Amino acid sequence: MEFGAIFKAAFALVVGLDPGFLAIVGLSLRVTLTAVLIAAVVGLPLGAALALARFPGRSAVIVCLNALMGLPPVVAGLFVFLMLSRSGPLGPLGLLFTPTAMIAAQVILVLPIVIALTRQTVEDLWSEYRDHLRSVGLEGIRAIPTLLFDGRFALATALLAGFGRASAEVGAVLIVGGNIAGYTRTMTTTITLETSKGDLALALGLGIVLIALTLAINAVAFGASRIGARYA
Amino acid sequence: MRDVASILPLAVDAVSFLGDGRRLIDGLSFGVSAGGLTVLLGPNGAGKSLTLRLCHGLLTPNEGQVRWAAGAEGRSRRHAMVFQKPIMLRRSVEANIAHALAAAGVFGAERRERSRAALTRFGLSDHAAQAARLLSGGEQQRLAIARAWSLRPELLFLDEPTSQLDPAATRQIEELLAGLVAEGITVLMSTHDLGQARRLASRVLFLHRGKLIEEAAAATFFAGPRSPEARAFLAGELIW
Repeated sequence: MEFGAIFKAAFALVVGLDPGFLAIVGLSLRVTLTAVLIAAVVGLPLGAALALARFPGRSAVIVCLNALMGLPPVVAGLFVFLMLSRSGPLGPLGLLFTPTAMIAAQVILVLPIVIALTRQTVEDLWSEYRDHLRSVGLEGIRAIPTLLFDGRFALATALLAGFGRASAEVGAVLIVGGNIAGYTRTMTTTITLETSKGDLALALGLGIVLIALTLAINAVAFGASRIGARYA
Repeated sequence: MRDVASILPLAVDAVSFLGDGRRLIDGLSFGVSAGGLTVLLGPNGAGKSLTLRLCHGLLTPNEGQVRWAAGAEGRSRRHAMVFQKPIMLRRSVEANIAHALAAAGVFGAERRERSRAALTRFGLSDHAAQAARLLSGGEQQRLAIARAWSLRPELLFLDEPTSQLDPAATRQIEELLAGLVAEGITVLMSTHDLGQARRLASRVLFLHRGKLIEEAAAATFFAGPRSPEARAFLAGELIW
């Protein structure tokens, strides 16, 4: 197929809302959004707690978390694969090559980002708010809701960063999902497969959606920081 | 409003506070009974802020103790503090007050009522929905005082509340403070501004190097301080 035709076919897929195409986009979004949601529910309070807690080895924990932000997705995938494979500790659950396994792998990728950025945001806020919050009797765990709420715009950006990382990665979902057509095939794994098979139109169509998604994420992040600036 | 036993008098009893191996507060003893405005006066580094923080419970003394009237322990502390640099939450003006009330366990209609009352009392009603951090410095400090007032404190601590404000805003805050005292709220504030101390104080505690050097009624103190340190300070000389 010549170059222009590939683009045309790709756009036709995107605009034509082809059911197979939409299913792939839908699964990708479902997996990634679920992973980000889980990472948020776990990571926001944990990051805030880490910001306020003082214990031996805290610095080491922070360094490890920061390092985990750069964890290669294939390694995260490999780890979940080992856990879920038939002989692994969680093998009996039979989750390997399911969307659930992909969500688990992406949670591992997103969680360190959420915890580390939350820790930083909340720690900065706490140093500013400490006197007042302690004055009105909010210390320790009781201060966390206030700090998370007042850090909401920075934290939204952290979640979007996590979403960006998860939606763009291919290694982890490929390993633990298995790229099974109609079941665990996401946008990124499809692009990998179709490109090697030569179905460039489908790959490119999905690429367009991914880029649009990235653009949308950045627009939302920009908007969040703009709204945040209104509260200075 | 004063249906519970008073937390006053406050007794500061031989309190010392150490930092970096130095005695930043050294054997401080004084009392604060109900009514009036007591000024903690002294040069920078005298320990004025530390004293307020020790009284308010933000710091724990290494020696000695801070005691409230019997039976005043408990969750609702009925003393509040306003800081040198107003600490504004990233919320609206009204939400800043509502947050402090919620922290004190006040919710629902009562919280709304008391927030509104504080806004009205301190002339902030027009700013209610505005982001607190975008107010001017003077308005922020006014909000900080309104927020503390909404908690219905018997004793209000203020740490150099006007040191970052221009003369007009300073004047306004001073008028507010006089109003609070007239309302029956006991005030303990620190300042290094002699004019302000003269205008506001009913009693002066003069601190130097973490020690209480002189304690007197304001009129007496300004008419003729007994200690050489206070005399030097009033004369505008540098004392260390």
